Amino acid sequence: MSGAPITLSRRAVLVGSGALILSFSSTARLLAQDSGVPPTAPPQPSAPPPPGSLAKAPFLDSWIRIDADGAITVFTGKAELGQGIKTALLQVAAEQLDADFGQIKLVTADTALTADEGFTAGSHSMQDSGTAIMNAAAQVRQLLIAVAAQRAGRPADQMTTENAAVVAPDGRRFGYGELVAAELLHVQAAPQSVLKDPSRYKIMNRRIPRVDIPAKVTGGAAFVQDLRPDGMVHARIVRPPSYGATLVGVESGAVEAMPGVLKVVRDGSFLAVIAEREFQAIEAMRALAAAAQWQETAKLPDAENLPDFLAGLPSQDITVLDQQQSGLGGAKTLSATYSRPYVAHGSIGPSCAVAQLDSGTLTVWTHTQGVFPDRDAIAEMLHMPKDKVRCIHTEGAGCYGHNGADDAAADAAVLARAMPGRPVRVQWTREQEHACEPYGPAMMVKVSAALDDAGNIVDWDYGVWSNTHNMRPGGAGALLAARSLAEPFPAPEPKPIPMPEGGGDRNSIPLYKFPSAKVIYHFLPAMPVRISALRALGGYMNVFSIESFMDELAAAAAADPVEFRLKHLDDPRAREVVSTAAERFGWSHKPRAGLPGRGYGFAFARYKNLAAYCAIACEVEVNHETGRARMVRAVAAVDSGQVVNPDGITNQIEGAILQSMSWTLYENVTFDERRITSVDWATYPILRFSAVPDAMEVHIINRPGMPFLGSGEAGQGPAAAAVANAVANATGHRFRDLPLAKERIKAAIGI
Amino acid sequence: MKLNINNSEHDVDMDPRTPLLYVLRDDLKLNAAKFGCGLGQCGACTVLVDGEPIFSCVTPIALLADKQITTLEGLGTSEQPAPIQRAFIEAQAAQCGYCIPGMMMRAQALLQKNPHASDAEIRAWLEPNLCRCGTHMRILRAIHRAQAMMTTAQEGSQG
Amino acid sequence: MLQSVWDGKIRRDPIGPMMRAKRFARNAVVFCFILALVAGIFAIAAWQPALAPISPPPAGSIDSSLIKRGAELAAIGDCGVCHTAPSGREFAGGVGIQTPFGTIYSTNITPDEKTGIGNWSETAFQRAMRHGVRRDGGYLYPAFPYDHFTLVSDDDDKALYAFVMTREPVHAIPPANELPFPLNVRLVMAGWNLAFLHPGPYRADTAHDENWNRGAYLVEGVGHCGACHTPRNFLGAEKADQKFAGGEAEGWTAYALDASSPAPMPWNADALTHYLSLGFADDHGVARGPMADVASDLRSASQDDVRAIAAYVAAQIGDQGPERPNVAHQVAVQAARGKTVADTSADNQADVKTLRDPHGNDEGAQIYAGACAGCHEGPRALPYGGINLALSSGIAGPSANNLINVVLYGLPAAEATHAPIMPGFINAMNDTQLILLARYLRARFTNNLPWSDIADSVREARSAQRAMTAQQAPSPEPAPAGTMQRITDEAQHQ
Repeated sequence: MSGAPITLSRRAVLVGSGALILSFSSTARLLAQDSGVPPTAPPQPSAPPPPGSLAKAPFLDSWIRIDADGAITVFTGKAELGQGIKTALLQVAAEQLDADFGQIKLVTADTALTADEGFTAGSHSMQDSGTAIMNAAAQVRQLLIAVAAQRAGRPADQMTTENAAVVAPDGRRFGYGELVAAELLHVQAAPQSVLKDPSRYKIMNRRIPRVDIPAKVTGGAAFVQDLRPDGMVHARIVRPPSYGATLVGVESGAVEAMPGVLKVVRDGSFLAVIAEREFQAIEAMRALAAAAQWQETAKLPDAENLPDFLAGLPSQDITVLDQQQSGLGGAKTLSATYSRPYVAHGSIGPSCAVAQLDSGTLTVWTHTQGVFPDRDAIAEMLHMPKDKVRCIHTEGAGCYGHNGADDAAADAAVLARAMPGRPVRVQWTREQEHACEPYGPAMMVKVSAALDDAGNIVDWDYGVWSNTHNMRPGGAGALLAARSLAEPFPAPEPKPIPMPEGGGDRNSIPLYKFPSAKVIYHFLPAMPVRISALRALGGYMNVFSIESFMDELAAAAAADPVEFRLKHLDDPRAREVVSTAAERFGWSHKPRAGLPGRGYGFAFARYKNLAAYCAIACEVEVNHETGRARMVRAVAAVDSGQVVNPDGITNQIEGAILQSMSWTLYENVTFDERRITSVDWATYPILRFSAVPDAMEVHIINRPGMPFLGSGEAGQGPAAAAVANAVANATGHRFRDLPLAKERIKAAIGI
Repeated sequence: MKLNINNSEHDVDMDPRTPLLYVLRDDLKLNAAKFGCGLGQCGACTVLVDGEPIFSCVTPIALLADKQITTLEGLGTSEQPAPIQRAFIEAQAAQCGYCIPGMMMRAQALLQKNPHASDAEIRAWLEPNLCRCGTHMRILRAIHRAQAMMTTAQEGSQG
Repeated sequence: MLQSVWDGKIRRDPIGPMMRAKRFARNAVVFCFILALVAGIFAIAAWQPALAPISPPPAGSIDSSLIKRGAELAAIGDCGVCHTAPSGREFAGGVGIQTPFGTIYSTNITPDEKTGIGNWSETAFQRAMRHGVRRDGGYLYPAFPYDHFTLVSDDDDKALYAFVMTREPVHAIPPANELPFPLNVRLVMAGWNLAFLHPGPYRADTAHDENWNRGAYLVEGVGHCGACHTPRNFLGAEKADQKFAGGEAEGWTAYALDASSPAPMPWNADALTHYLSLGFADDHGVARGPMADVASDLRSASQDDVRAIAAYVAAQIGDQGPERPNVAHQVAVQAARGKTVADTSADNQADVKTLRDPHGNDEGAQIYAGACAGCHEGPRALPYGGINLALSSGIAGPSANNLINVVLYGLPAAEATHAPIMPGFINAMNDTQLILLARYLRARFTNNLPWSDIADSVREARSAQRAMTAQQAPSPEPAPAGTMQRITDEAQHQ
């Protein structure tokens, strides 16, 4: 964990003549006035780590680079997923550096260029990378001031910065570029930075338009699907028809003779075709698929009885919370069981990757959320040294977690090796994306609680059953291609993600204050259906369950759902989002007996009990004849700490509400005893415009100066419960098994 | 064969069975129309033929000689965006942005022939197009904004 | 000279103009008098009394099992389909039904007292069902198929009444009918009824068993299948001597359900049961157009009833002979063999052309290969994969109608429903291309004579009206591998 030197290749990449590079270890005061600071100093164990991702990996090369011509480049190990992170990070950097937003270039996740920040996941980007960049930028600014002050012969505290220049009291300007020219500093970060006062923000907490949208609406190249390096060829994979199927035989002669076909690649059960042109590859794939014979052995559970199936699996029981006390005198006890099926990411653009093997180096352009882990897995799969494999994040369609992106990257890597020198583009089909992606796991929750005479919850007993929510690389065996090769890599052992983040137990601890509570996570290692991380992980199901149950308890206590929640919440920020959402919705004015078929629902959660707070109130209509439910309007309140881009937060929350509504009302992966059968939008219908609400509002509570709180997933859980609570209010029936399909609702409400 | 795309003639030497989408993306290097499903279910590939929307992923070029094909690139550029493009930028109507060109082309077709389409008509019109990120509210706002721009421009030019 | 109106012969006129005029006037008066007398007698005979209005029965006063039975019957009768407008409330009416005589709008049958049937007694309801007369005595138009509903038994009328009276009341007034004189005078329907209404209820046919009778009762009665599947005469009545010989509905062909059923693979009771209750059958295709609503509704009907309906219809089709399945199979294999995706060599194309395509239709073949083959020759089973076109009635049937409808409008996505989605090609294909494709498909996938009416079908099909009826039935289950799968496999290995 100490000052190992930066590898030469990175230094060569990052060091221009006179570029300022910051690297970080966890010691030494900043504001070094002389260049006599040794290049690396060993960390002092007692010093606190610098904030955010600055602490994670002292081998991280650089976050900020300033060239002699003044060009500023910011590096982040995070990736743009469509959540607006590029823009937000640029805002942070620009604000703290006092540089023009439009002049800064951002380099995102690239194993050759950026820090390893793991996965762009868990709503960590602002908390980790944003914090790192904010502090790095602030510390760079201080450094530049110090250098300029020295040159100007003035005290540092008389210098100001504006527009990427340090300005002396007499008006002399020192452009950042000229300040770094003389020096090559290897400066370590301090644990604390002199940050700009939020009241002076000009760029942070502003609706700066996203930098990636103009290209996306004018046909600019924006996605990995748009890459067209010279000499690129098109590939399609023929995937096994079910998990673990082996390729018994394939008569590929006819396919090899098809127009444009360059190669049929078979390695064990990995089967693919490469052609000059895309449609040629598609037709060849169809023919190859028809010619392939598989031996199938998969045995899938009964899709109609998933809760029973989960309950019957062997489990490793993890005590998440044990503050149970006895003898608290509950007047009433309620119990409920909730469930959800497997839910698909369903990315609108099926996964894609381009890879090229050139002079022993493999480059993969991929929309994986984790270029470093994916790179490591691919290197392991191909028996290549890691430094010979480079993964460069290039945007794909929204992934919402671990979808097919990592696997497409692996596919492209295998095929690049089969066709050295030429860039190979692998495009998954719609059916493959639907059938082969790892889903959000089916889950079950059993909860019981006791109410005293005054309607307070006095005891809470909660159990959640789930697979792991993380089967991402780490390890080649996480990749579909690697599992199919003639010398396959076994799928890795599933492990639970530890709390406080959690996987299946994410958000299983309610934020409410109960005198007695117990939470057990029944971790289920057996995974007959392929699963991994889907946006919010266990948070979606746990919040759906907790918030549905809170409504059931409120009803038993004859209490208003919002009042009931406030009664048990002492976190002031939580209370404020709840009150704000209720007030803006007009919760206290809603009609008691509404229009027939109308209902109102409320829900609240703090994502992971660590990230953003979100409360949602909604109105739903249910058609009596068909059972069809539709959200009519929703009002959300969210507290994300210090706001960087309010529009980004609004966009994410709106999106989360609609996506969660779609999961909640419509979605379940279908399968028979052997194969996944929901393989397109006909067999896996999702939200269309006919069911989009009439109105939606998002109210942001800004907290100047407070830490960034991840917001990308904060809406999923509350939206699900708000909808379920509204449907219960509209129909008088409580639905505990997702999805709330119209057939289920109709069956319950009867003729 | 010859294809008329965005008002210019292109000589395309492709198997006439090839769906237009691959010709646009791979040969003409036009990025906007996207592969979303190849089945005509999601609308990400939507372009206009003689002003009407089609799914380019299931339309072989054999059908398109002597027809006017319009892609998003043909409506405007980042330097000179068309009203629909300006509207989508101003409304920040995108999350991942993958579905957006298809949405815009679909909307453009409606606004061209029914400039005063109501909100209900716009929603019904967009039914064939999917958005997985949940950007629907903004997409509707952007289309209304474009509609306002286009009708103002029309009135202006008549005034 | 005057021409006699009686026998068409020309006679010399011995009488003179003035006398002629007087005689004419007298004849005219007599004629009008007789006409008025007849009309008067008719009107008196046809007049129906208004039945006293009632207050709607209070909620909870009706036996829930009766309501449930009513719901099941309403599912077979498809009440909601005609009485619910696309963006309207359930059963509130307002659907315009196109007839050769004009447009008739369905009424509000919710129990709203002012604008619905909330003040209809059970007697009034049954009179409407049995005799086609409203509560106020006015005649209904047979766009409401009371000529079928007349067969519904008293008990079932009770159940239907219980069902409609427990729906949610909606205040809604449908548009006025658009009918020319004298059809807009409801009384004329009395004459129509005299000729074409055979009042029920259904009487069992002792020559057949209980199950057959059950099916007959449902099909001929509340199911009103003949309303679409039987051709009509110039007065809009079903031709009694051509029962189930085929008809039309909203621009779609309702195929014959008698021995002339054009389905390449013959229908049997099992396939019909599957089709009616799940919205598709492996060897036949998916229910679409107006049949989509029927199949969708039958999902909530009693499955015993659906089986009885299927058995009765299968009996009407009868045994079309042992050769038929073989022929269908053969055609499918031939068509499949010509198509193997890997098979793109010029020789094979030429073979396919001469064998299957007498029009030398290169362009049709290209369109098919680029737009259709991806799904229709894919490995996916029904209902979600495209049907093997050699099995489709749409291509084998007497008219190109349904094929054109589907090609133009596709099967649009239905909200939150597992149902096949097919893109429509209305904007991608012009009429010429559509005709070329239709001809090609007919030639390649059937042994039948070419259609003569493609151009007409195409012209009519491009209307907005038709677009609205493009839909397909939802289906909860993917099919297990069926005939289509086997045909593809066989073609592979020949």
